[in-house]
Amino acid sequence: MSDNRTPLGFTPNEMMTIAASRALKNDDVCFVGIGAPSAACNVARLTHAPDITLIYESGTIGTAPDVLPLSIGDGELCETAVTTVAVPEMFRYWLQGGRISIGFLGAAQLDKFGNINTTVIGDYFHPKTRLPGGGGAPEIATSSQQVYITMAQSKRGMVEKIDFFTSFGHGEGGDHRKRLGIDTAGPTLLITDLAVWKPDPVSKEFTVVSLHPGVTRQQVQETCGWVVKFAEVLDETPAPSELELKTLRDLQARTKAAHEGTGKGKAA
Amino acid sequence: MVKFLPLKQAVAENLNNGDSVAFEGFTHLIPTAAAHEAIRQGFRDLTLIRMTPDLIYDQMIGMGMAKKIVFSYVGNPGVGLLRRARDAIENGFPRPIEVEEHSHAGMANAYEAGAAGLPCAVFRGYRGAGLAEVNPNIRSVTCPFTGEVLAAVPSIRPDVSFIHAQKADRKGNVLVEGIIGIQKEAVLAAKRAVVTVEEVVDTFDDLHPNLTVLPRWTIAAISVVPGGSHPSYAHGYYARDNAAYLEWDEIAADREKFQAWMKANVIEKGADDFAARVEHLRKAA
Repeated sequence: MSDNRTPLGFTPNEMMTIAASRALKNDDVCFVGIGAPSAACNVARLTHAPDITLIYESGTIGTAPDVLPLSIGDGELCETAVTTVAVPEMFRYWLQGGRISIGFLGAAQLDKFGNINTTVIGDYFHPKTRLPGGGGAPEIATSSQQVYITMAQSKRGMVEKIDFFTSFGHGEGGDHRKRLGIDTAGPTLLITDLAVWKPDPVSKEFTVVSLHPGVTRQQVQETCGWVVKFAEVLDETPAPSELELKTLRDLQARTKAAHEGTGKGKAA
Repeated sequence: MVKFLPLKQAVAENLNNGDSVAFEGFTHLIPTAAAHEAIRQGFRDLTLIRMTPDLIYDQMIGMGMAKKIVFSYVGNPGVGLLRRARDAIENGFPRPIEVEEHSHAGMANAYEAGAAGLPCAVFRGYRGAGLAEVNPNIRSVTCPFTGEVLAAVPSIRPDVSFIHAQKADRKGNVLVEGIIGIQKEAVLAAKRAVVTVEEVVDTFDDLHPNLTVLPRWTIAAISVVPGGSHPSYAHGYYARDNAAYLEWDEIAADREKFQAWMKANVIEKGADDFAARVEHLRKAA
């Protein structure tokens, strides 16, 4: 694969999406968050996991979009789904009922125990920035059997202390989930543009287990707001294969063409 | 019994100052035309309820119509933030606004409880979530059989709900299909429901028996407004106008630009203008 955008032939974001896609299995039932998770889930479906069940919170179950949806309720999600259910049914039967193996979330702010904030920057009642809020995430985080998180690293995004607990990860670490009566595993995987992280089995603090090709420990630390722990044996993430890169780039090109082609200058 | 009315009259007869009102639609079939008519009629002190307040609530909040907003995701779907809603929450502009925030699961359960005639909804939710600490309407109950502590929220029972749907038959029964979201629950939970539709057909005799049909006696008024959910989409009729959502981000970022846009595209326009807005999106549907 020749590519002149980076010396490695792929960008950090491409590596992140592809590494995230590899974590998904053919028999997973995945509740898909919009943005980075959506790209990863569809690359998985288009490569090694053709029978994966992708579910979006609009009620579309077993969807197979040709382009990435701009919103969680795009028409193509419904047209390609096995079935489309009402939103209360989505949350009651399918999520709360324990049918979801992987909840795949993005994050505006994340701490080392996998707690996520997408609600406010600053104080809740006097916010510096009002973000969109949790949507489906608070219950995705506690009712899915496991949670995967993907986000690009930055000191603003990966912080020692989040401003608001939108979605509960491992709380203060250890057995905090269990103490709150949450019996699902919570965040078991974090994939960034630089590394793959897994929670320490006891403390539940996210620990780097694999660096992406060409990435140094120092780079991971410099883009993270807490003191990073590294596994004793540190792997290197396998570089994207030609098929993975082509699949992702084709998907993004189709998506760009589709979303630009819907008209301009009309009243909303 | 349901009445077929021009949208102006349907809104005037069913919405009042101070009402709690839901304009529902989960990304699909958003009742934009009805919301714009409410804006033109200048209602005040509304409690706006919606899982995903998007452009239409940004517009109503920006016009100073809302005293309170009840929601679970206050974003521009697929684009980012809602800048008029932010201005109200962060700066009290054009007026301070009360916020009652839930998760989607909380809102969906609360609508369902409203439709079911229950005072509250019970579900497994909000565990470890910060919302439970800032919203006094998020409480808990203990299961009398197992002892499990579950979340409880009050049911949602709007004074009036507005939805957009694909079609009505001549009797006034309404079909909703595709991503059906929370529309059925919003109608059945409300004291009054107003539906805008793409078209009216003679009968529903050839429909699949399990489709979502709202019987005519659950609805107060129906208005025929082709294109009435633009810039969202109507499954089988026209596609989502993604460009309009992207443009809204710029329009809503500036108070004056917002006012100028509202004057030109809402205040000085009417329900009949919607059909032309979706013309270029019909082939793509």
